[in-house]
Amino acid sequence: MKVSEQEAVESTARRLGSFLKRRREQIAQRWADAPLFRTVFTVSREEAVEACKAVVDALSDVASSGRLEDITSSGFDSVRDQLGRMSGTRTRAGASPAQIADEVAALRAPVVDLLRAEFSDPSTPEAVEGLLALAALMGTLRLVVMQAALSSGEELIARQRQQLLEAATPVISLWEGVVAVPLIGTLDSARSQVVMESLLQCIVDQRARYAILDITGVPTVDSLVAQHLMKTVAAARLMGAECIVSGIRPAIAQTIVQLGIDLSSVLTRASLADALAYALSRLGIEVSPRASMR
Amino acid sequence: MTAPYPVHATGVPVLALGETLLVSLQGELHDGMAEQLQQDISHRIADSGANGVIIDISGVEVVDSFLGRILAEIAASASLLAARTVVAGMRPAVAITLVELGLTLPGLTTALDVDRALELLTRRSTPSASDGREKGT
Repeated sequence: MKVSEQEAVESTARRLGSFLKRRREQIAQRWADAPLFRTVFTVSREEAVEACKAVVDALSDVASSGRLEDITSSGFDSVRDQLGRMSGTRTRAGASPAQIADEVAALRAPVVDLLRAEFSDPSTPEAVEGLLALAALMGTLRLVVMQAALSSGEELIARQRQQLLEAATPVISLWEGVVAVPLIGTLDSARSQVVMESLLQCIVDQRARYAILDITGVPTVDSLVAQHLMKTVAAARLMGAECIVSGIRPAIAQTIVQLGIDLSSVLTRASLADALAYALSRLGIEVSPRASMR
Repeated sequence: MTAPYPVHATGVPVLALGETLLVSLQGELHDGMAEQLQQDISHRIADSGANGVIIDISGVEVVDSFLGRILAEIAASASLLAARTVVAGMRPAVAITLVELGLTLPGLTTALDVDRALELLTRRSTPSASDGREKGT
């Protein structure tokens, strides 16, 4: 009994697959007018129709394989990229995930109309099963689109996080033998590791004697950030360079004292300019206005 | 005095550069070698009257708490013999590892490379150079 039920489901799925293949052109033409495809492929209708055909082909493959509710089905592989791009375009245009899901759901109606027309009497068990199978398949498509949208969003976030790590920690050479890192934004473990590595590498490359950590752009300092700062200072000292921390704001200074963090082993200066002046004086360099400018 | 390098079978060469001794560590340092090196350096300081020791660790890829302690002990015994010790050429990766382990090697003087270390030692030993790095260390 169970086996025959399974067979019945599979034969329904196969019939659905052959129906989709047969009506490919008509479905594609109707879908091209649906909001989802119309708003993504604005340049030409031809392109939209081609995209629709690809999706119909994928659905018919999935239906023929009999696994209507399997979002990992190999039939979807060919269109996953395309669906991801489409949902990405819609997201950039300001559509919420719920809206995109609604737009995918709207694709069902045209196909249901076509399928219903296949049967002379829509109340026969065969017709009902066919329609149910189609509903399941369209639900799966909706899930696949949402999954593609989410994973493309995650990729974007990961890429931006990497860019932030790289962009936010430039090591600049202020003078021969003096390098500085102007820190901006909150320091977490990953960022402070990047800061430490790039600063130490820069000390080697530039043969720097003094390294200035400017934290004017750091909004808050907690014990973790203070620990990171002290680690960086200690590592620079091991490399034979002296580290100066500059730009501690009054509020941050109070926080540090209240937290009971001992920064007495760290050389501090009020501003980046003061830190540079200190480094220059220790290097024996004197900067004075030109006589003619006085 | 042009004696050949006193290279021991398992030891590390200790070279004399004027009044400074130069030790270049390469690769791993085993317990026996470390003990031998400590003795060698102490004897060489006493014999030659050197006033500075430079330990170049640019060839060392792994510094653990053992090597950290050895360096500190060498520096301590050298200072008892009136010689200053400078550790030169630590790699960034090694420095990061040491700091992550909490080994900041307090009391050790460090320099970027042997050149700088030599500069540091000669400047310190000249009485006219009053501006040192006392506070920085």
